[in-house]
Amino acid sequence: MRTMILASVAALAAVPALAACTENATDDPGKGGDSRALTVTSSDDACELSAVEAPSGTLTFNVTNAGSDVTEFYLLGSDGLRIVGEVENIGPNLTKKLTVNVPEGDYFTACKPGMVGEGIRAKFAVAHSDDEQEVSASDQELIDQAQANYRAYVQDQSAQLLEKTKQFVQLYEDGKDDEARALYPQAREHWERIETVAESFGDLDPKTDAREADVDFAAGEKWTGWHRIEKDLWPQDAEAGYRALTAKERATYGDDLLANTTELDGRIRATGTDALTYPIDAIANGSIGLLEEVANGKITGEEEAWSHTDLWDFQANVDGARVAFEGVQPLLEAKDAVLSEELATKFKALDELLDGYRDGDGFVLYGELTAEDKKKMTDAVNALSEPLSQLTAAVTS
Amino acid sequence: MAGPLASYPFHGVRQAGIVTPAQDRLHFVALDVVTDDRDELVALLKAWTEAAARMTQGGSAGPVGAVDGPVNAPPDDTGEALDLAPSGLTITFGFGPGLFVDADGKDRFGLADRRPEALEALPTFSADVLDPARSEGDLCIQACADDPQVAVHAIRNLVRIGFGTTTVRWSQLGFGRTSTTSTSQSTPRNLFGFKDGTANIKAEEADALDQHVWVGADDDSKAAWLAGGSYLVTRRINMTIEVWDRQPLEGQEQFIGRTKGTGAPLSGGEEFTDPDFDMSGSAGPIIPVDAHVRVVHPDTNDGVRILRRGYNFVDGSNDVGGLDAGLFFIAYLRDPRTHFIPLQRAMSKQDALMEYLRFTGQALFAVPPGVAEGEYVGQALFA
Repeated sequence: MRTMILASVAALAAVPALAACTENATDDPGKGGDSRALTVTSSDDACELSAVEAPSGTLTFNVTNAGSDVTEFYLLGSDGLRIVGEVENIGPNLTKKLTVNVPEGDYFTACKPGMVGEGIRAKFAVAHSDDEQEVSASDQELIDQAQANYRAYVQDQSAQLLEKTKQFVQLYEDGKDDEARALYPQAREHWERIETVAESFGDLDPKTDAREADVDFAAGEKWTGWHRIEKDLWPQDAEAGYRALTAKERATYGDDLLANTTELDGRIRATGTDALTYPIDAIANGSIGLLEEVANGKITGEEEAWSHTDLWDFQANVDGARVAFEGVQPLLEAKDAVLSEELATKFKALDELLDGYRDGDGFVLYGELTAEDKKKMTDAVNALSEPLSQLTAAVTS
Repeated sequence: MAGPLASYPFHGVRQAGIVTPAQDRLHFVALDVVTDDRDELVALLKAWTEAAARMTQGGSAGPVGAVDGPVNAPPDDTGEALDLAPSGLTITFGFGPGLFVDADGKDRFGLADRRPEALEALPTFSADVLDPARSEGDLCIQACADDPQVAVHAIRNLVRIGFGTTTVRWSQLGFGRTSTTSTSQSTPRNLFGFKDGTANIKAEEADALDQHVWVGADDDSKAAWLAGGSYLVTRRINMTIEVWDRQPLEGQEQFIGRTKGTGAPLSGGEEFTDPDFDMSGSAGPIIPVDAHVRVVHPDTNDGVRILRRGYNFVDGSNDVGGLDAGLFFIAYLRDPRTHFIPLQRAMSKQDALMEYLRFTGQALFAVPPGVAEGEYVGQALFA
């Protein structure tokens, strides 16, 4: 998954109410005289459409860039401001497809060669047809609600992460290793639930969550964060000759982790123009991305190489993915009820499977899992991830 | 593809199988030498040379053949290529660091003072999960052909000839070429579904080959025997196929920096249009800063180019039912210190694709120049 893009409010100029589905055009545009399939040729000084009107329903615009600059194409509402659908980053000689559901009404089309200014605009009319899907007026409310809920969830998890990190660092620096070891997976749960948000801060993620194998020591990189401390707390799997960190080194790594976690929390709780926004596609991608974390790192036991507390992370990734999914579920319900039902079922199945590996307040250690256990988990993750990968396209259609 | 009847000369100034138009199939083997007797090693290289010269021309491994020998002895060719054409078979030999000095620093064959300076074990790169049982080796043999059975036949028989002198360390099958080494070939796709090797050095680019692939006469005074040869780097790159397949198309294209359909760079044009790394998109450059094409492009690596000759592989499934698949990277280059290590370091550090890659094996070999009639491979090294 490409890293979640969470822009601050100030950086956002215009956000489409519902991002339309952008596809790369591969098929023959306008074939069979389909009046809902249109071609657009964007050149340096013109924006030619194959038609200036279409019946309502699902329209496709095959946008070819015949100019020399990068171009964009927009379908705008009658006020010339509201973005109904857009397709960006079309390089010269390339073609991309915009698929968007459009009700009856008056619109503007705009090509924006060079991606600046108002673009080359023209009127575009959509006539009533029986194929018209009712676009719910309450969509925007559902989106607003999902964004507010997700923001609150991320902030809450971040606050708990900071609190437990403080306690953990204190225990570690005080040499209370048993207590630090007990708190380690519990504190990290909060990180893992919002991992895709934390990763969007490209500078903080490697400082706090890098695994030893990710660090290029030969190139002079330093290893800091959770896993550096993890290795020191669980040295039994370390290489022969591993030297325990001194009290002074413990303080250095501990303070550094706390400082970076405090910085993370500050950015997550920023208000005003620095506040993070959570576009609906970013929330959906966050859900997908967290399951990808499970498949890539937790199921393989690579994340917690010394503590072997991978199942805590596994559960926390699934928690975060489920919360993000549930946030957009009301919207998905209206657009693809079958997918919504399937995802709810598969999330439940994965949670139930994980319940079987609980032990006291936590989970069994990764090393206790058999090959059969790992296969079952992989199967359940695949079963969920495959339909989940459709989530973003479904909620933004 | 050159067609099943094609054969390439075994003898020549360069070994075949480097700039030869990449065949569709690969069998690659790395071996360790088990003897400390220099004469035994030389005898094996002679035997291999003779067998390779015959097999590449459609002949048998041994001088007699699979069915023409005495009935009370096993044939000197295993026979599975009997009715098959040469299928463009090339057999290419390389020498690993262990041939010169073993792990304990011992000069096994009196070759230590001829070890090329650049021929030492490659460093481990970040995120590597190298399996020693899939890495390194004292010797290597690359067999490429357009028929998989012809390639396998070659390796099987050469390994058989080596028993007692060499032991197999690891081997790798490749079922589809992922590179183009001639302008006459179209660009194939890797298992991510993208065209791969668009910017590869091609056989027709003589100057680029001299600059980036062939070891120059003055490159290494201790290893004059390697002049006109090359270095061979292999990396077994597992792809996390199942996770990749769930990436949205636009995301896939941003990871690579090219469109999936035509292979054009995201900055526009067609497949062979040069990428424009300065072109802006709506949020940063239109070719992302961590796109594969940018990270490994000559423009971002001091103009360094390599000749890639890799293959797609699928070695069945792993223990959780995922494909054990990926790209067996093979590259020929003039000096790994300038033409591989910096490139791989940049990739390991910055390339967005790394999220879907697991490097499970690697090796480096020095590939001697070609073999003249009557000579054996690497003869200058032992002279």
